[in-house]
Amino acid sequence: MFRETAARVNRQFAMRRKTAAVRSSPERVLPAPRGRGLKNRPWQDYALFLVLVVPNLVLLTLFVYRPLADNIRLSFTDWNIADPVATPIGFDNYVEWWGREDSWKVVSNTVIFTVAAVAVSMALGLALALLLDRKLFGRNVVRSAIFAPFVISGAAIGVAFQFIFDPSFGLVQDVLHRLGVDKVPDFYQDPHWALFMVTITYIWKNLGYTFVIYLAALQGVRAELLEAAEMDGASRWTTFTKVLLPQLRPTTFFLSITVLLNSLQVFDIINVMTRGGPLGNGTTTMVFQVYEESFRNFRAGYGATVATIMFVVLLVVTLIQVRVMDRGDR
Amino acid sequence: MKHVGPQTLSYRRRERAVTALGYAAMACVLILVGVPLFWILITSLKDRADIYTQPAVYWPHSWHPENYGEATTTVPFWTFLRNSLIVTGVVSAVKFALGVFSAYGLVFLRFPGKNIVFLVIIAALMVPNQITVISNYALIAQLGWRNTFQGIIIPLCGVAFGTFLMRNHFLSLPGEVIEAARMDGANWWRLLTRVVLPMSGPTMVAFAVVTLVNEWNEYLWPFLMADSAEVATLPVGLTLLQNTENPSVTNWGPVMAGTVLTMLPILIVFLALQRHMIKGLTSGAVKG
Repeated sequence: MFRETAARVNRQFAMRRKTAAVRSSPERVLPAPRGRGLKNRPWQDYALFLVLVVPNLVLLTLFVYRPLADNIRLSFTDWNIADPVATPIGFDNYVEWWGREDSWKVVSNTVIFTVAAVAVSMALGLALALLLDRKLFGRNVVRSAIFAPFVISGAAIGVAFQFIFDPSFGLVQDVLHRLGVDKVPDFYQDPHWALFMVTITYIWKNLGYTFVIYLAALQGVRAELLEAAEMDGASRWTTFTKVLLPQLRPTTFFLSITVLLNSLQVFDIINVMTRGGPLGNGTTTMVFQVYEESFRNFRAGYGATVATIMFVVLLVVTLIQVRVMDRGDR
Repeated sequence: MKHVGPQTLSYRRRERAVTALGYAAMACVLILVGVPLFWILITSLKDRADIYTQPAVYWPHSWHPENYGEATTTVPFWTFLRNSLIVTGVVSAVKFALGVFSAYGLVFLRFPGKNIVFLVIIAALMVPNQITVISNYALIAQLGWRNTFQGIIIPLCGVAFGTFLMRNHFLSLPGEVIEAARMDGANWWRLLTRVVLPMSGPTMVAFAVVTLVNEWNEYLWPFLMADSAEVATLPVGLTLLQNTENPSVTNWGPVMAGTVLTMLPILIVFLALQRHMIKGLTSGAVKG
């Protein structure tokens, strides 16, 4: 009996909240103004709309959508960013990208970094939120502490953690030595450990975000349902997977998209800590490669190609996420 | 089936265990966040001998605040701070006004295709700015705006998240109040400033704080735009300090001092306004 009730409430809950954060919410229908102003009102509204909304629209068009489209055009050119003219070369950049050895290294770096960042920060954020979602002494202080790194600039955190991971004089090697580890990994020279270092640093910075959002979502969870499950003798694990997680679905969906988008865009931490190295491309992600090719190697056409590929992949992944979410709702 | 009600002993024991686990988690978190921050702060006050030593020194033998002097003189630190204040101030102010205006227009004005306009605005959230920098860089360079404030500021001014946040809030305002004000013949400015905004305090603060923090930390665009220290912002300047103090082996004392100085302003703002910032971030995610 409990199971049915829970399922029904969950369904209602999911339907009500759905993915509203991403979709547009329903329009408010204002009652039409009556009286004298009726005739000239729409024109005033049109004019005002131009004044209030269009500037923002123009800025976004000029600096987001125009370059997005232009980027696709540039990906078919050979172009030194300092030159006024770009030479069209068809699919050459894409062919080169497909054939180049470092492309796969960069893609795998990006995938490892992104998947680790999304999975670890969401799992840890949820676990912490669950543990701290009760009356505990000093809870607010800890909440602030977890969230604080999220507001610090990535460049500052990158510089700080470069020293923290310093293989000779850093905090990490010291703690490891004290714990009895003899051979401390060389975070600066070993590409795998360098990628590990960058990923951990990003997760450290970003954990507060997933934590705070899950914590807020838990406040909206139906306490009666959880109690009902407890009373019916459901184990904690069952309560968690069958009652709690379904209610957190919209939040999980929202986080999976925003954290993915954010972690794919990480540039500051990598630029400050490793500049894409060691060994040339040990921690180069696609975003960093876009920068490196366009602004350091002056091959903006090739940079645009990498950016375009990244954007298409991002679009596909997001669409898949939306599809999966929609199917789960039914 | 074992009955586990709130009254039974085993239930209470389990609750106590989870509470203990909660405190353990809190302790872990405090260590994981606090120790690195403590380490940075302490290093910024150590002299060379205490930095380059094994095992590490957690409490310096002699304090060396001169690091801060060096950090602020080897690079024009105060210029960076000024630039950060200018860029963050102007971008945030423009974004705030544009966000509020756009949201007002999208909610309270009648215009065909309003929803499409809204979708166009929030879809910009899905476009990573790393994809737009190449073309934007070329455009700004053509205009001769590199190393100028307008070159840094103007491309950052379009606002998608804030429009979304304010629009959602405006939609939740009671329609009768708005309608009553309209019947009284209030024009749009009066309606906005006397009726709508007074009912939107917390959301406006949330929007403002999130924007301030984001703009203060903005890195890639100012980094590409600013070659000279004249317009470089703090995060960019910190990179410059890191490079200057790095002849063969990094001189970590001053670099950590610069890092602390870069972190401090935003941490202070955060500690004062964190409730609002958290509200701003969560209202996009949780309320829908």
